[in-house]
Amino acid sequence: MKSWLTTTDHKRIGLLYFWTAFGFFLVGGLEALIIRAQLARPDGGLGVSAETFNQLFTMHGTTMVFLALMPLSAAFFNFIIPLQIGARDVAFPRLNAFSYWVFLLGGLFLNASFIAGPLFGADRLSVAPDAGWFGYANLTSRQFSPGPNVDFWLLGLQILGIASLAAGFNFIVTILNMRAPGMRMLRLPPFTWMTLITQFLVITAFPVITVALVLLMFDRFFGTHFFVPQGGGDPILWQHLFWMFGHPEVYILILPAMGIISEVLPTFSKKPLFGYTVVVYSGVVIAFLGWSVWSHHMFSTGLGPIADSVFAGTTMLIAIPTGVKIFNWIGTLWGGQIRFTTSLLFAVGFIAMFIIGGLSGVSHAAAPSDLQQTDTYYVVAHIHYVLFGGTILGLFAGMYYWWPKMTGRMLSEPLGKVHFWLTMIGMNLAFFPMHFSGLLGMPRRIYTYSSDLGVTGFNLASTIGAFLIGLATLVFFWSLLRTRWQPMTAPSNPWGGATLEWAIPSPPPVYNFTVIPTVESRMPLWHTERHAPMPALPERPPAPIHVPGGSWWPMITAIGLPILAIAAISRTLPLVFVGAAVVIVGIYRWAYEPFEM
Amino acid sequence: MPLALLVVLLLLTACGGAHLPQSTLTPASDFSADLFGLFKNVFWWAVAVFIVVEALLLIALARFRARPGAAAPKPVHGHTVLEIGWTLAPALILVFIAVPTMRTIFATAGHAPEGALRVEVIGHQWWWEYRYPTLNISAYNELHLPVQTPIQLEMTSADVIHSFWVPRLGGKRDLIQGRTNRIAWRADSTGEYWGQCAEFCGASHANMRLRVVVQSDSVFQRWVDQQRTAPATPAKGSPAEAGQQVYRRSPCIACHTIAGLSQGKVGPDLSHLGSRATIAGALFPNTTEMLRRWIMNAPALKPGALMTPQNLSLQDLDALIAYLQSLK
Repeated sequence: MKSWLTTTDHKRIGLLYFWTAFGFFLVGGLEALIIRAQLARPDGGLGVSAETFNQLFTMHGTTMVFLALMPLSAAFFNFIIPLQIGARDVAFPRLNAFSYWVFLLGGLFLNASFIAGPLFGADRLSVAPDAGWFGYANLTSRQFSPGPNVDFWLLGLQILGIASLAAGFNFIVTILNMRAPGMRMLRLPPFTWMTLITQFLVITAFPVITVALVLLMFDRFFGTHFFVPQGGGDPILWQHLFWMFGHPEVYILILPAMGIISEVLPTFSKKPLFGYTVVVYSGVVIAFLGWSVWSHHMFSTGLGPIADSVFAGTTMLIAIPTGVKIFNWIGTLWGGQIRFTTSLLFAVGFIAMFIIGGLSGVSHAAAPSDLQQTDTYYVVAHIHYVLFGGTILGLFAGMYYWWPKMTGRMLSEPLGKVHFWLTMIGMNLAFFPMHFSGLLGMPRRIYTYSSDLGVTGFNLASTIGAFLIGLATLVFFWSLLRTRWQPMTAPSNPWGGATLEWAIPSPPPVYNFTVIPTVESRMPLWHTERHAPMPALPERPPAPIHVPGGSWWPMITAIGLPILAIAAISRTLPLVFVGAAVVIVGIYRWAYEPFEM
Repeated sequence: MPLALLVVLLLLTACGGAHLPQSTLTPASDFSADLFGLFKNVFWWAVAVFIVVEALLLIALARFRARPGAAAPKPVHGHTVLEIGWTLAPALILVFIAVPTMRTIFATAGHAPEGALRVEVIGHQWWWEYRYPTLNISAYNELHLPVQTPIQLEMTSADVIHSFWVPRLGGKRDLIQGRTNRIAWRADSTGEYWGQCAEFCGASHANMRLRVVVQSDSVFQRWVDQQRTAPATPAKGSPAEAGQQVYRRSPCIACHTIAGLSQGKVGPDLSHLGSRATIAGALFPNTTEMLRRWIMNAPALKPGALMTPQNLSLQDLDALIAYLQSLK
């Protein structure tokens, strides 16, 4: 127990990220199922109240983005990146532990809002965030949202932002500085590349939302008027700041999954990634363009025809590097010897579904067309084809691919196939009809709709699909759990992968590599035209390897942050000093703790 | 799946009309027709790309499945001509989408021609106010417009951001306090068009609905004249007159206006309530039964509604409703 609380081992932190994020994924999914149950029938549905419904969709979005998808990617960053680049750990192991604890506590703080009602003289299920995951001003002002709901949201997101930023810097430094000899930039595995790009997006995008959240906090706590029109503020400023973060965030969510399938497809087609450099550079281009498209979320706000044209244009441009990636993935499969493992099925599912999400995206890029689709279920379909059909299927591909490496145990392939097909049927039944609901005039974020709209059948289909996804996820959960009772018999390279993580035992020893390998090609374990496979590493380290011990201080420092948030939300000044003291003492002791790599 | 998609979409387009009152696929104005035209353009390109790319994917999966004993695949690393090709192909397709997009952006920027009928739209949590500055009248939730006439909507909000959306007549534009957004359209034919708020605006976002009643010039003129007339005084001794007395001494007057009686500004003006087809933000039909339930407990029907439940005797309630219904 203590060894887990104080661990600085990237592999253990990776597993902690995985299980925590998976837990939040189940919570976010449960919220989605209640939403879908309510919408199965028109005119009041199941009887979920408007207020509860608004909390559910707000927390569903917030949870999936910040507490499930990002940290599930982070689980792979943590576990896999040091292995792929031939390192013993990340650059800053204690900062890495700090990121995890901040993420966990931030997530718990946000979700505590579901039961915190009585502390504020309200019912349970009444003070969770309820202004949408996008928190548009001026609905979030104290005047229109007087309760603590929005405070939970803005404080929780500030805490989570710290975790993301710390991890972002950590992984950039790790990838740039900790590479094994010979691991040049253009020999980095594609997943490592996409992680690097993602982290640059994180460290540039998260400061923007942090600024926005701080301004909102000043508006709500100290009576400023940054977003309050009566006071000379501007609610549209919030939208610009939010989407300047929010659109790069979409790429923060999708690029790691793109990296994962760029590992999975070559392994299971026994062919190198087609157009490696083009795939890498198109990732870079997507990240750059991702910064120039934010206002396509705002076509209906009346930016004027010139701004609309510019953002329509930049948004369409992003289709080009995305298309290039898809063609290169198909090029990787083409001419290969494809083994239909569950991991490969999910990777192919990613391509097939992401195409649909990408194409519906073009109809949003066409700004006037978007005036009919924005804020309808058509957009809900679009984002779920991108974030479920894309990110989540990609993450599942990664889980089946790396689970043996992470745990030493193989996941069941038959159960995996059941999981895959249930997921595919469920997601298409859930999300495809949403295109029609939207085109027929059903706005999103409504707890009830009129039976006269003619969308009842489509909604019922979506609900059935959503429950199929839930069933599929339970199958997967069971499949994960049952591996715990299996012996650790996974071979070091069960799939015949080409990258360094497959050169060491499953699960890897605490020091990862007995000797740091010297890398001579992009696929060190494969026989290529010019290179023989890397010689096997010695089974025992030739010299003792120093492994850093654990540290309490990252976790203790992290605990100070929710204390500060609780102080703010309960308006308790002394608690502010307690929280600040914990953070300051934690950082001080951390800084002077004898600790070496 | 694309075939199923096409079939469903064509069916929806074909049956349209009255069955699907908020469909974006059956445009009924110049504005919505422009948007639908652009959507169709994008849609057919998307279908073509979808078929080609998914087919390539399926062919790859079918042709290159691992077979026992096969030689190791050729380690192809890439192909420069192919890369250039599949960079240029989407770029070229995008030109065919971008040009009509830009054209439509400028065509639908929201500026009506000179002499259009101006209507100011003001969003409230959770109802709509319409002012006709040139006609000196106002309307609530149900927007009356003359057919085949250029309309200029100038929109703002009294509180949070809302979005005005009547799918068959046009795309949505947000209503933002301190700003004015514009929509221009000309409705093709008379009829009733449904819409609702499209930007999440709090508890009763789902219940912020609206109707647009497009009328022939003469019918519209009659409606305008009716709205301009002061509400009729109820006949002595009628139930409506008793209801007027109930209204006078009720808390209603703090929030509602009835010309000549009260000047509340919190809720909609009730001077011509009897002439409307719906109540409560176009949420319920304007019937005796719904009025009764609404007055007795509005927040139960529309979460977050500011109107407090009224504790009236049944007799007073019936009289009040008779009065409200007399306000044609």
